[in-house]
Amino acid sequence: MNRELKRVSIVVMLMFVALLSSTTIIQVFQAESLSADSRNTRTLYDSYMVERGAILVAGTPIAQSVPTDDNYKYLRTYSKAALYAPVTGFLPVNGAATGLEHALNGELSGTSDSQFFDQMNSLVTGQVSKGASVEVTIDPVAQQAAWDALGNLTGAVIVTEPKTGRILAMVSKPSYDPNLLAVHDSEAVTGTYQSLVNDPGNPLINRSIDALNPPGSVFKLVVASAAIESGKFTPDSAFPNLATFTLPGSSSIVINSGGGTCGSGDTVTIATALRLSCNIPMAELGLQLGSTAIREMAEKYGFNTSYSVPLDVATSVYPTVLDDAQTALSAFGQYEVRATPLQMAMVSATIANGGVQMAPNLVEEIIAPNLSPLESFTPKTVKQVISAATAATMTQMMVNDVADGAASNARIDGVNVAGKTGTAENGTDEPYTLWFTGFAPAEDPKYAITVLVEDGGGLGQKGYGNLLAAPVAKQVLEAVLNK
Amino acid sequence: MSNARATDAPTRAPKSKPGSTRRLHLPQKMRNVELFLLIVACGINASAVVLVQLGALGHIDTTLVVLGAGLSGLVLCLHIVLRFVARDADPFILPIATLLNGIGIAMIYRIDIANGDAGWDSAAVRQTVWSGLAIACAITVMLVIRNHRVLFRYTYVSGFVAVVLLLLPLVPGLGREVSGARVWIGIGSFATFQPGEIAKIALAIFFAGYLVRNRDSLSMVGRRVLWMKFPRLRDLGPILVLWALSMSVIIFQRDLGTALLYFGLFLVMLYIATGRLSWVLLGMTLFIGGAIIASQTLDYVHGRFQNWLDALNPDVYNADGGSYQLVQGLFGLAKGGLLGTGLGQGRPEITPVPQSDYIIASLGEELGLAGLFAILALYLLFVARGIRIGFAGHDDFGKLLGVGLSFVVALQCFIVIGGVTRVIPLTGLTTPFLAAGGSSLVANWIIVALLLRLSDTIRNQPRLVV
Repeated sequence: MNRELKRVSIVVMLMFVALLSSTTIIQVFQAESLSADSRNTRTLYDSYMVERGAILVAGTPIAQSVPTDDNYKYLRTYSKAALYAPVTGFLPVNGAATGLEHALNGELSGTSDSQFFDQMNSLVTGQVSKGASVEVTIDPVAQQAAWDALGNLTGAVIVTEPKTGRILAMVSKPSYDPNLLAVHDSEAVTGTYQSLVNDPGNPLINRSIDALNPPGSVFKLVVASAAIESGKFTPDSAFPNLATFTLPGSSSIVINSGGGTCGSGDTVTIATALRLSCNIPMAELGLQLGSTAIREMAEKYGFNTSYSVPLDVATSVYPTVLDDAQTALSAFGQYEVRATPLQMAMVSATIANGGVQMAPNLVEEIIAPNLSPLESFTPKTVKQVISAATAATMTQMMVNDVADGAASNARIDGVNVAGKTGTAENGTDEPYTLWFTGFAPAEDPKYAITVLVEDGGGLGQKGYGNLLAAPVAKQVLEAVLNK
Repeated sequence: MSNARATDAPTRAPKSKPGSTRRLHLPQKMRNVELFLLIVACGINASAVVLVQLGALGHIDTTLVVLGAGLSGLVLCLHIVLRFVARDADPFILPIATLLNGIGIAMIYRIDIANGDAGWDSAAVRQTVWSGLAIACAITVMLVIRNHRVLFRYTYVSGFVAVVLLLLPLVPGLGREVSGARVWIGIGSFATFQPGEIAKIALAIFFAGYLVRNRDSLSMVGRRVLWMKFPRLRDLGPILVLWALSMSVIIFQRDLGTALLYFGLFLVMLYIATGRLSWVLLGMTLFIGGAIIASQTLDYVHGRFQNWLDALNPDVYNADGGSYQLVQGLFGLAKGGLLGTGLGQGRPEITPVPQSDYIIASLGEELGLAGLFAILALYLLFVARGIRIGFAGHDDFGKLLGVGLSFVVALQCFIVIGGVTRVIPLTGLTTPFLAAGGSSLVANWIIVALLLRLSDTIRNQPRLVV
């Protein structure tokens, strides 16, 4: 009997070895992949366990975590939610975060490398770890003014500080309420999210950095910069003043906006072409410069480059291979040229800052839970894009454009505003995309602004930059200059 | 010859053992060890409850501590009873059972807190009361059964009782179906009971008695095929009856785990009694064959296999009766990792039935792999003490009964923990001592009492006698 008992003992032992092995496999070797499983709600709840840091504008939270008594422990709430939605983004319980909630998740949740010692500390002391707060560069006055000025238009406003690259306003319309996407009821979140995705106004898109539109005439700033910086042209370089221009190797013709020639006279200068925003002289200039020179300048300004602020900015495009007809079209911002409002704001800000481009940035400071700064914003120079002289020339031409040209609706009494409007075609019957980009005051630029109005501002092909975009810029600049 | 305890234990039937002077030579060393271990066990249990409160509530609530203290008192009563009626009983069995029972209550209490249950709604309070009742049963068994060989007389009565207990849930008006399995009885809406848990003890007694009586015919006679001796056709009766019984449990009570438990118990006891592997082979063929047929024809068995083999498949996961629970348990275990989240600090309540079938996943989440290893080690030690009775026993009935009872605990652990950790398909069984459930507690504490009685007897009687 004892021989059998011994064997049974071995069987029992093996049964327990199997259990020890299976628990080890699950709890040690499979633990990581099981934790990463999207169905694992424990992992999800864990990400809510830390008190997430706030996002602050001028010291006032626009996103913060308040304690709840459900499984998630904290509810993310947003104040002035729609106004700041492009900045904050949202943090859903059942999907990916967006905006700064996504871009600075590590800092906000306290898991970034710079908070490593805090984490170790809380492990030892047993205190619940807390995320860092983020102070953004947004100026509440500029943000509110931009929001109000844009009214019911579909579009975006970006205001930056040319000398530092600080983003002072980032507005996108239509907007949405991130609070509705932060509730702890995942079905409700999915429902809200779906209706926002299906909304024809695309409220979830942050148009200031995500929308790629043909820049139209505002791109003439890039072409003019290339011309003057090349040394081969001056603002007074003249081109034949034509009423129609047949694209090389094509039967298509280009006309100036409103038809006719660009002012009177047989020739037209670059300065006049820019002031009156004429297409034909720019097409002629573009052909003389060549697409390579234009592309080089565009890329110096930031086209064809991806960057983050730390929100990821869509890459603005100047196409790589162009024939002459396409070069001519691209010279006034058509064909396949695409730009985000932030990219155009960087063009204006660079001209305003004497040709020196500053890295655009949205984050002023990252503040540890104990209120000590973890990271502070310091202005970063990207590069000298154009010489100071070229910048001064460009500024003068842009001032004339507002004072005595196509951007007249941006005029402000007692302040020299430099600017350029744009009215871009999207296709035969599609509504225009309207632009204004510029800065003020021209002699000591404090604010660079870019206004994007999509969908023709509701006027189809009847709207134009000076009619709809320039007044928005004017209203915002007045608000911030009178601050 | 033993023993002189009749003198200090007046309730003892004097005819059971002849007198001896053994007590004079041996101080109550065993019982002192047991007392020390019991104090440690109760200390751990109290700490577990307090840790749960600190972890999940943030403050200390005295209700359950008082109840727990009462339970500790009752366990000490059992200890004192042992000092009188079974002073040479194994000193490890009682502390291990106490510790497992206490950890179980702490975890059930932790789930209560998460679910916001209190008072009589609280499963932990009910579990504590059931524990008290179960320990009282154990004390009664200790006092009533002074010699395990009494049970030998009731071999066939036990068999009959086992069958009746098994059939009870099928009686209309009495049976209750809980999560698909018809293994419960209840009167009105009053406390339900799983008679199958008690049946396993009755079965172990019946098997032990039956096999001791008939093992000669089962082991000696037979026909040799290749290297194995196979039984005669007429001796196949018992195994076929047991097989039919198990299969009917699978089919009519929809309870795969219980069927496996009974049949496994029978096979092991049959093997130990006859020493013939052919029985095991035959039995396993029968059972596996039956299980395969069942998995093809019975939806619920088929689903269990599917959940086991392909748990993480989204289709299986989302199916009705799919692997959702199993996978949630795995997530819990994964969350626990090596050291666990700490008592009261995980989220075991996410897994369905975290206090009964899935208590091991709940414990794994909060105590980690380290905690599970400790718990498995406790089970292994418990089972080892039982099997030790088999090795050291003098009478075949006692040997078989001791091994059978401890093996049934081991097998039950294997079936339920193996099910949760995907060693085998998941079947509904309670984790001995840990899981919420009155019938299981009563049954397992009776097993404790019987093992204590058996271990006392073998130490008590010199080998030469039998």
